[in-house]
This record gives sequence, C-alpha cells and structure tokens, in this order.
Amino acid sequence: MRIKRKNQSRQCSLPDEKVDLTLLDELLKKYSGKQGSMISLLQGTQEIYHYVPVSAIKKIAKEANLSESDIFGVITFYSQFRLNPVGKYIIKVCHGTACHVQNAPDITNALMIELNVEDGKTTDDRLFTLESVSCLGCCGLAPVITVNEDVYGKLKRADIHKIIQQYKSLEEKQNG
Amino acid sequence: MEFRTHIMVCAGTACVSCGSFNVKKVLEEEIKKRGLDKEILVVATGCQGFCAQGPIVVVQPDDIFYQLLTPEDVPFLVEEHFLKGRPVKKMMYTPPGEKTEIPTMSEIGFFNKQRLIALRNKGLIDAEQIDDYIGRNGYNALIKVLTEMTQDDVIKSIKDSGLRGRGGGGFPTGLKWEICKNSKGDLKYIICNADEGDPGAYMDRSIIESDPHSVIEGMLIGAIAIGAHEGVVYIRTEYPLAIKRLETAIEQAREYGLLGKDILGKGFDFDLRIKQGAGAFVCGEETALLASIEGKRGMPNKRPPFPAESGLWGKPTNINNVETWANIPWIILNGADRFASIGTEKSKGTKVFSLVGKINNTGLVEVPMGITLKEIIFDIGGGVPNGKKFKAVQMGGPSGGCIPAELGDTIIDYDSVNATGAIMGSGGMVVMDETTCMVDVAKYFLNFTQAESCGKCTFCRIGTKRMLEILQRICEGKGEEEDIEKLQELAAQIKDSSLCGLGQTAPNPVLTTLKYFRHEYEAHIRDKKCPAKSCKTLLTFEINDKCIGCGACARVCPTKAITGEKKKKHLIDQAKCIKCGACFDICKFSSIDKN
Amino acid sequence: MAKLSIADLEEIRNKVKKSTLLREGSFNAKITVHMGTCGIAAGARTIMNTLIQIIEESKRNDIIVTNSGCAGFCSKEPMVTVELKGESPVKYSSLNESKIKKIFEEHVLNGRIVAEYALAIGNEREP
Repeated sequence: MRIKRKNQSRQCSLPDEKVDLTLLDELLKKYSGKQGSMISLLQGTQEIYHYVPVSAIKKIAKEANLSESDIFGVITFYSQFRLNPVGKYIIKVCHGTACHVQNAPDITNALMIELNVEDGKTTDDRLFTLESVSCLGCCGLAPVITVNEDVYGKLKRADIHKIIQQYKSLEEKQNG
Repeated sequence: MEFRTHIMVCAGTACVSCGSFNVKKVLEEEIKKRGLDKEILVVATGCQGFCAQGPIVVVQPDDIFYQLLTPEDVPFLVEEHFLKGRPVKKMMYTPPGEKTEIPTMSEIGFFNKQRLIALRNKGLIDAEQIDDYIGRNGYNALIKVLTEMTQDDVIKSIKDSGLRGRGGGGFPTGLKWEICKNSKGDLKYIICNADEGDPGAYMDRSIIESDPHSVIEGMLIGAIAIGAHEGVVYIRTEYPLAIKRLETAIEQAREYGLLGKDILGKGFDFDLRIKQGAGAFVCGEETALLASIEGKRGMPNKRPPFPAESGLWGKPTNINNVETWANIPWIILNGADRFASIGTEKSKGTKVFSLVGKINNTGLVEVPMGITLKEIIFDIGGGVPNGKKFKAVQMGGPSGGCIPAELGDTIIDYDSVNATGAIMGSGGMVVMDETTCMVDVAKYFLNFTQAESCGKCTFCRIGTKRMLEILQRICEGKGEEEDIEKLQELAAQIKDSSLCGLGQTAPNPVLTTLKYFRHEYEAHIRDKKCPAKSCKTLLTFEINDKCIGCGACARVCPTKAITGEKKKKHLIDQAKCIKCGACFDICKFSSIDKN
Repeated sequence: MAKLSIADLEEIRNKVKKSTLLREGSFNAKITVHMGTCGIAAGARTIMNTLIQIIEESKRNDIIVTNSGCAGFCSKEPMVTVELKGESPVKYSSLNESKIKKIFEEHVLNGRIVAEYALAIGNEREP
C-alpha cells in the first residue's frame, strides 16, 4: 500500500498549524537512547497527528538530538510520511499492476471529477483526501479503493458516485 | 529409488479396527504379483481423519480417496487403477446424501497442480495460536537442529537442497549462510526481508498472515547455523494484519521459550524484533534495507563488502526473504533430497506466485519449479476471462518483463525465465489480454521505478525520467521515429551505470516489450493508433446507429458532451469529450465505438 | 507460562493433533473462516460475525468457529471450510450472509453438504 511519491520538495511554505506537542512526550520517552529509531519516531508522530507537523519536527530534533534536516530528509524519502494535514476520509486508489490493467487510472480520474480535487490533494472542506497507492495487495478484487478502513473492489466508474455520496450523506446526518 | 505412486493405507485406530492391515497386506501381495513393487510403495499412515469411511486408502500423487475397502476389493483395484491407470469410481468417496458429486481438491485445476511447501499450513491453522502450528509438526525442525545437527550439517542440508533466494535474486541460500557463518565477528544478525514492494505480489504478506511461525522457525534455524543471536523482521508498514499476527506469534514463541535465552533448554539464545518500513521500494535491496533499519534514508551502498561480511551496524548479517525462511523448516524435517527431487536441474523446490490481472482464478499458488507458464495460466488460472485472448504475462514486477503468449511453454526456473528477458522476481505474475496496451504497461512500470529511484545514481534518477517522458509522448501520439532507438540507448546506459538492482533492472519492462511487441510501439508512433484500444488520447468515441436513445450515456458523461433527444440517436461533442470511457462502459447496446 | 522443554513441546503437539482432527475433542463441527487481508476485504468479517451470531442462536456448544489465513483462491473469497466430526472438510466459496446461513442450517446442523455453494472437498497436499 505504498503511497505514490509526489514531488513534495520545493514546497517551502509548509502549513504551520497549532498542534498539541505534549502528545509526543510518551513517544520520545519510549525511544529515548535507542539507536536508529528516527523512522519509528516519525511513524509514531504521524499516528498521532495523521501527518508530521513542522513544529513536531523541531521538537523531535531537539529532544532526540537529531538534526532537523536529517529528519526532513527521511520524511521526504519515504512515501509513508505526509507534511500536510489530511481529510477526514482518506481515499486510496490502488495502482498496483493488477489494478492498472483493470483500469485503475479510470477510477482515479472519476474520483478527481467527482470530488473536484487533484490526485494527492485534500478537498477544501477537509473531508476527503485522494491518494494513489502502489499496491493494496487485494489483487483478486482489482480495481480496488479504500476509504479509511472500508474496502471497495471490482469497481466500475459508475460506482464512484454512489460511494462518495454515501460518505457525504453520512456527514450531513452527523451534522444534523 | 523413485516410486511413481504412493498408496497410503490409513493405520489410525479406527481404520485398523476395520481391517486396514489386512487390506495393506493384500495390496502389497497384489502389487508384487503384478511386478509393480518397484514403482508403487504401500505405506501405513496416521489417521486421515475420515474415520467413518474406513479403511481408507489414499493414492498419491493423484490424491484419490478410496473408502470402505475390503481385501476382496483389492485385486480389482490394483488391476484397474495401478495397472491400467483407471481409478475406480465406485470405491471412491461420495458425500452422503448427495446427487451432485463435489470434486475433491485435486479434481479442481486450481489446486491439483500446486505443491505446498512454503504455504503448507495455509488455511489449516489459526495463525494466532502457536499450538496449531506445533500440532502441524511446527518447531520439530528446530528440535532436530538442536539435538541432532551441527552448524555445518544444517548448512550442508540447505546447500544440498538447492534452495535459492525466493526474493528474486536467486542466490543459493546455503552458500549465503556459509559465507556469513565464516565471517569473523562476535555479533551477527539475521534479517527477514518482508518489504514486499513489487506491485501485484503479495505472497510474503500472505505467508506471514497465515503461518508466521514457519518464518520464525526458519529464522531460528538460520540463526543456529550462522551463530547469530539477534534477528529483525523488516516488514512493510502497509501490512497491518501481517504485523499484528507476527507480533502475536513472537510473543507466544517467547512465552514458550522458543525465543529468548536457553531455547528448549539447549543453551542457545535468540530473539527477534519487528522493524516497520516506511514505504520505499528501494528498501527491498539489501544494503538499502540495512540503512533503513538503522533509521536512515534507505539508499543502497556499494558491494563488496557484502552484508554477510559487514551488514547491520557493520556486523556480519544474513538477509533472506519471507518465502525462503518459510521453506527452511520443511527442508530440515523432510530432508534435502526430498526438496531437491522437486524442480529442475538448477532450480529446486517450489515457488509461490500471485496470479493476478486478466485471469479467471486470481490467487496465490505454489507450484513446483519446472511447470510451464501455460499450465499455470490455463490449468491453474483457468485462462483469460470474457473470451479474450491471452497476450502476455508480466513477471518480476518493475524489474521484470513481459513474456508473450508464444513463449507459453517456457518452464518456471530461474534460468529459463531469465532467458526471456523477464526475471523470476518475488513472484508477481500479472496476466494481460488483448485489451492491455504493452506500451502503456512499460510506461506504468517506468513511472513506478522513476518515482522510486532513490536518486543516488544519475542514470537511474534522470535516465528513467527521460525514458518515461518518451513513453508518455508515444502514448499520446506524439512519438517520433527515433524514439525506439533512444529508449534502447538509455536502457543500456541505465543498466550499466546504476549501483543497485533497482536501476540495473529498471529498463527491463521496456526492453522486453520492445523485443516482443515492437509493432505496438510502431503503431503508436507511425499510425498514431493504440492497437489494444487502451491509450485514451489516441481514441475517439462515437455513437453508431445501434443507439436507441436511452440516455444512459448522457447521464454518466462528466463533461455533458453527449446530447440527443429521447429515443433518438445521441451525439458526442468531440470538443467536450475527455475520452474517459464512461459512456462506453455503461452502454448496454454496443452503440458506442471506440477507435 | 514456564519455558518449555522438548518433551513439553511434544506433549503439546500430540494433544493438538488429537483435537484438531476432531476425533477425540468435544467438538462435532469446526468452521474455519479464511481471513487474510484479501478475505477480509472481500467480506470475511461479515461472515465471521454472522456465524458467531447464528451459532449463539442455535444454542449448540459443540461447534467451534476459528479463523485462518488466506486459502489462496482470492477470486473466490470469502471462503470458509466446514469440517464435521469424522468427515472430510468441505470448502465453500464466494459467500455472503444468506449463503452462510443456509450452509450452517443444512451442512453444520443437518449434515447435508450444500453442493451449489461448495468449491471442493478434502485438503491440499504437500509434495
């Protein structure tokens, strides 16, 4: 389920949102003094905030005695890490080989039209993030997408509208 | 001596009480009488679990069950089945009260050509119960190694088995262990590479999900052979279920004292931890994987020194992939000879493939080396769906290549697959039919390797980008005559001047498609046509006279390019059409032509 | 749990071998739901939940439900294996809620294999 690499460099203006940095303390304690744990630290951070905020990078660098640029280097190297906040629902479109030959590009295309958002970006209302991933490993169900934990397989373009509507109406219900 | 057939006579309590020993005696006499005793072996086995139908006799490798046998049945059975080769239907098992006979596993193509070693426990045990694994002879190989074998015995056994690395490289596993064992160093590491990155391959995930202890036991045996006391499983973070099951398995093994200090009271220490990868294809490469475990950017380093000499934290390190480790306990328990008797001269044992793409029976299959591609695709996979024609099969993921239908008789072994220009790889097998455009497939893989290149070597970083750009141009109908030559030149240079396997093999998908499907490239470049009707920019969508004016296409069109009155032929405004194909998919009257 | 010796391990093995074969255990039926990532994606979780519920409703305490990894036949997921005491296991494929209910009613409770949903009988083999 590797997230396809997007050019996230050259993007100097990273969002500087206020986040609760005390949430990091336990994590920092867990890996304190352990050799080679930068990736685990960042994975833990992303688990907390769903992305890696700039302020968190600064805090980790200071407390774990790492350099900020090394951390940034690791973040941009691995496709798992995000530097931008994500939507409530993360839609992952599988672009593994099996899905590709079963028309996954059409599915991404349909989602881009349906959500009016670019691949790799989040909708303005912060509800949906659209991502392409390299293989979800459900090749028997190709083409596949996941919306958070839900899996939808053997998709056709026409199914997309229904799936998205389902989440939109769920949201409307929750918001009264 | 090789027997062509084994007859397993059940000697479980229930069958014995129904007279299975008499049946066995008569079987042996009859077989001898007909001079078949050099070809057919009669063995007594443990209970087959089919006690209500005893005495039970199972014939291997055909996997035929005979039930309720009496000594009087035997002469007829031997004559018909073993002499004339006609299994005797009326003595076989039929489910009670059933008119329709349900096939046995071996009557189903999908199962009967498979031979299970790495996947021996799939679907049979609960992966979260160590006792289930133990019940299937789990950790028996460990006992054998601890009590009966020296380090050299183990290495010799693995060498004799002919096992080669299942992650793709195909390096002899026993030799790798020997080099690491002979490396000087007080501290050595054992690593399991579960960073399964090839899109379309998921056998490693499946092995860990269904049988994590087979990997742990394999690593334990490797650790004993090499003299390592610490192990790491480097696993993709994208496999949450596999990680969870492996964590549970490690915990349970620790509780039983199968990991930790003084294992089984034999004075050997070994422990294991999990390290999650963070999503970088290049980390499947050994030296990059080591860098990633150390918490750094996963960039490959030059070899030598090989990890066996200087690996994790500079210590001798042995890395094998999941499937390789899962084979180890079986080899130790069943003997190197038995493993080596399966397969071809230079490729022994079995290989797991994930059979996906345009194929009827998608799934994970384990087949003996030496089977042909056709057997896998047609006998196991059930062929291509919707009456389409089989065109090619992609093996080896982004490092591999496309093998065309004409080469369907190619056998599965490292050397034969390499000869086609593809590689065995980790086991992804993606089947393609006539609607798959081979230029598009090449573009797809280049897009992948281009994005996953770590950027260390210039030719890999920039060369793959340039190749991708050329392929994109070709698919958009802007290809030029000299593009093919440029692709070949770039491919050769990238192969020559890249440090690691990623770059060295990145051009393979382009080279193999050029070798076998050059005419498709030429059609894109010269005629601006995509023969598979897959490259969207080269297509036009038009509505023909079969249109009944139902309006379904107009409703799905995202750009409202389709107009027309109800019950009258509709029309596509080519200026507005974005060639998404939604209308083509929805039309039930084949009234949309794409050309 | 104390650390095991080789003899302890053998003992566990023998015990498990007996009970997994359903010969001497107190169970009369075992239903295995194949739950790898792909099986779950195809709906194995629903099958599992349905089974737990209908077994409870049946008030039978001699039926066990267990899960296991992928059975390998991804295009036929979700799959379950039903094993009755003394009989060969039967694999069912491409299941949904109503199919599993019928299988439970017919096969598990009444011993009649539901041939229309059955994929195969028996197990695979090692070489």
